[in-house]
Amino acid sequence: MRPDLPWFYRNRKLMTGAALAVSAVTLAACSSGSSSSATGGATSSTSAAANSSPILIGASLSLTGDFSTDGIAFQKGYELWESDVNAHGGILGRQVSLKILDDKSDPTQVQTNYQTLISGDHVDLLFGPFSSLLTTPSDSVAARAGYALVEGAGGTEAVFTNPANQTDKNVFDVSLPVKDYFKPFINWLTSLPASQRPKTAAYPMADDPFGSGPVQPVESQLAALGVKTVYSKVFPEEESAYKPQADQVAAAKPDLVMLGSTDVPTVQAFVQAFQQQRYNPKMFIAAGGPDQGAAFTSAVGKGNADGIMVPNGWYPGFQNAASQAMVQAYVAKYGGTASGVNADVAEAYAVGQVMADAVTATSGTDNAKIITYLHSGKTLQTVQGPVTFDSLGRNTAALAYTFQWQQNGTQFSQVLPSGSTGSVPIVAIKPNWSS
Amino acid sequence: MAAEIYRAIADGILIGGVYALMAVGLTLIFGVLDIINIAQGVLVILGAYLSYSLSARLHLDLFLGLLITVPAMFVVGVVIHWAFIRRLRGRERTAMTLLVTYAVALIIEGILYEIYGASYRELNASYVTNSVHLLGFYLPYIYLYGFALAVVLVAGLYALLYRTRFGRSVRATMQDETAARLIGIDVNKVAAITFGIGVAVTATGGMMFGATSGGFNPNSGYDLISRLLAIIILGGMGSIGGALVAAVFMLTVESLVTIWSPDWSIIVFYAALIIVLVVRPTGFFGRAPVRAQ
Repeated sequence: MRPDLPWFYRNRKLMTGAALAVSAVTLAACSSGSSSSATGGATSSTSAAANSSPILIGASLSLTGDFSTDGIAFQKGYELWESDVNAHGGILGRQVSLKILDDKSDPTQVQTNYQTLISGDHVDLLFGPFSSLLTTPSDSVAARAGYALVEGAGGTEAVFTNPANQTDKNVFDVSLPVKDYFKPFINWLTSLPASQRPKTAAYPMADDPFGSGPVQPVESQLAALGVKTVYSKVFPEEESAYKPQADQVAAAKPDLVMLGSTDVPTVQAFVQAFQQQRYNPKMFIAAGGPDQGAAFTSAVGKGNADGIMVPNGWYPGFQNAASQAMVQAYVAKYGGTASGVNADVAEAYAVGQVMADAVTATSGTDNAKIITYLHSGKTLQTVQGPVTFDSLGRNTAALAYTFQWQQNGTQFSQVLPSGSTGSVPIVAIKPNWSS
Repeated sequence: MAAEIYRAIADGILIGGVYALMAVGLTLIFGVLDIINIAQGVLVILGAYLSYSLSARLHLDLFLGLLITVPAMFVVGVVIHWAFIRRLRGRERTAMTLLVTYAVALIIEGILYEIYGASYRELNASYVTNSVHLLGFYLPYIYLYGFALAVVLVAGLYALLYRTRFGRSVRATMQDETAARLIGIDVNKVAAITFGIGVAVTATGGMMFGATSGGFNPNSGYDLISRLLAIIILGGMGSIGGALVAAVFMLTVESLVTIWSPDWSIIVFYAALIIVLVVRPTGFFGRAPVRAQ
């Protein structure tokens, strides 16, 4: 008995319980670590003529957890492609059947899911998960089993240069590589007279490959243009971290804020803090979040969205016949308006198109043949535009655009490259916050 | 640099008030019932969704809406206790409550997904984005109101526990459940009401979280629970005032660290917990928390 200690320290049950609670929560919070055991298994090599059963395609998506908004949009994109392709007779006369598992936005669960899809469900083909953070661990599982991993949201360099892909070269990202995200914006700033360029810039970046990946290289490029860096930090993706970061940025009063964000809540937290600090940057561009259509404008308010920019390779008004047809089909299937269609939908849909082309060209679902075909340098057409893969699966033909919310946040417009088909004049100075 | 430090301290204090509102119910429930409520994070989110529904559909002011959400959450708490907690007895009760409250969290999360979906929601009001210029800083009204609410809430809970007949019953139950039964206290009723109060006050934390976090969805609660547990351990498990002090202390430390290295702020948050517990193993107010006063 230790009489100097309070009651709960003398109570072994309680202390054990407390320790269990902290341990359980810590374990739950830890997302790295265990990898699934390899079960091997050869990929299927099924001739279309010999098999009329559906082509089973497996995917893991973040239907719950931090990436659930994007994950659900991706699910809609995959399922829209599935229903479209089946309505047109399937691939090689075979219907397509999707099996999607929820990875809860967790890098460990995503590995388990792909292992289950490969070893348990014996899927013919794999579609990728959402985000670079989950694509890298997924690829280690897919590569071991010899599967091609065609994906639409794993565009950071870490995905392409990870050891599994460097060895097996089985990742294929149909979207714009993240390293090229800000090219049109930088080109535009370069084209401006020095007097019209921002004098100072802040680079707050979320601790995520998609957050810091595209923004970090820009800092030195803009510095070379004479744009002085007044803030550049990577912050954890924790709710309590946003306000102190945003307040520091606001205090530095930069002309340009380039936010390395991955989702809507991060951008919303910065917008809210900027309003509280009565600071309005002249230019505000975010890596991710403003591209999420109605989910973004409803979060920040339409008026506050006005003037905010985001780089991407697609938007609902994209001047491409296949894209327009997809948007119409989306609205017919899920409702809403064309301008509210999330860019994730097009990324997912394009994954299906590329895989369908590969299956058709190789006359089956032999993943080794599909990998060879996709590395052949052939240019494929998708709702996002052309796709040509380099040796590590980057889309070298991807179109890079910058989009901006305009007309009081009611119009999501392609503004860069200026002069490009579909581009409208950019609003160079962001209007003040609406409330 | 001095201005940055003062700003970080102000941020830490104000955000600490929000975390205190989220943690105070957790420490109350632990102090009285010896239950570590793993569902606390999800209950915070439930509170946020209730405020969202009232705000978005009935256009009710966020603070005014608490007049509805707090009683509603009290009922939720009593029901959870009646359905899941009261049956747990014996030596493994504390460990079992971890599992049971985790199950409760999963159930609530599933219901929220079913009703609201996975999209992020926000709580908006004019005072969420407006601020007052004070001592050279812009201090957001929402955080000032939230901090005031936290102080009032802590004071109210103290008054309830130490100035009322019900509070005496609660403290008697805390000191010795068997003895409390012998002197005629309805221990089950006290436990149910206390659990209800613990969940009810979480409605305020939920509203504040929803208004300041940038967005929440049914899954957002899991990011919170480890921090809330750290706060109540540091404050002294069972100490209501300790939760407020610990929340302000830890969030201020975290905010200060972000000036130099934001990616270290989370590590320092938990390192501060360890350092303080090494020096003072009972936490800030652990020596004589609720029971002995």
